[in-house]
Amino acid sequence: MPIEQKKLESLIAEKFPDSKIIVEDLAGDNNHYSVAIESSVFNGLSRIQQHQLVYQSLDGLMDAELHAMQLKTKGTT
Amino acid sequence: MELDNATKESIEKMIGENEVFLFMKGNPDFPMCGFSSVASAILKKCGVDFGHCNVLDNEEIREGIKAFSNWPTIPQLYIKKEFVGGCDIMKEMAESGELIELFNTRGIKTEIS
Repeated sequence: MPIEQKKLESLIAEKFPDSKIIVEDLAGDNNHYSVAIESSVFNGLSRIQQHQLVYQSLDGLMDAELHAMQLKTKGTT
Repeated sequence: MELDNATKESIEKMIGENEVFLFMKGNPDFPMCGFSSVASAILKKCGVDFGHCNVLDNEEIREGIKAFSNWPTIPQLYIKKEFVGGCDIMKEMAESGELIELFNTRGIKTEIS
């Protein structure tokens, strides 16, 4: 069950305001994405915690609707 | 995502009996997903011995492991019972040298090939 790139982008932007977000559709099938987020929210968090935040923000979308998401997160410091 | 006691116990047993353990789709010689393939290739390249569980063979583990780690995707790497991350984190750590360092500090034998 794929998801449109615009929808994914706005979902993330909504949960991570004031951050740099780059979403790429890797396979052109709306189902394999690369997502990079740079946000001050991540400052001081471990990588696992950063990724967990993103997964949580997607609210079960991952795996249920989205097969593959490459994730890169970064704090702003 | 639910985690019953029996599943939790079998997960704890697996990561307790293996210093390095990977939950993956398929097996290291025949991965069934690109991410699992990358994850097991990284471990092979580090030259560490690792145990694995093919979650495609076990639906309880497949769902249970996600609740166990609060992490929605597979593969998942555990080192000495501690959740390290999935494919992307493993890749970043391998590229920066952190992964080898982690193995070294945990006293796990590596052999870079």
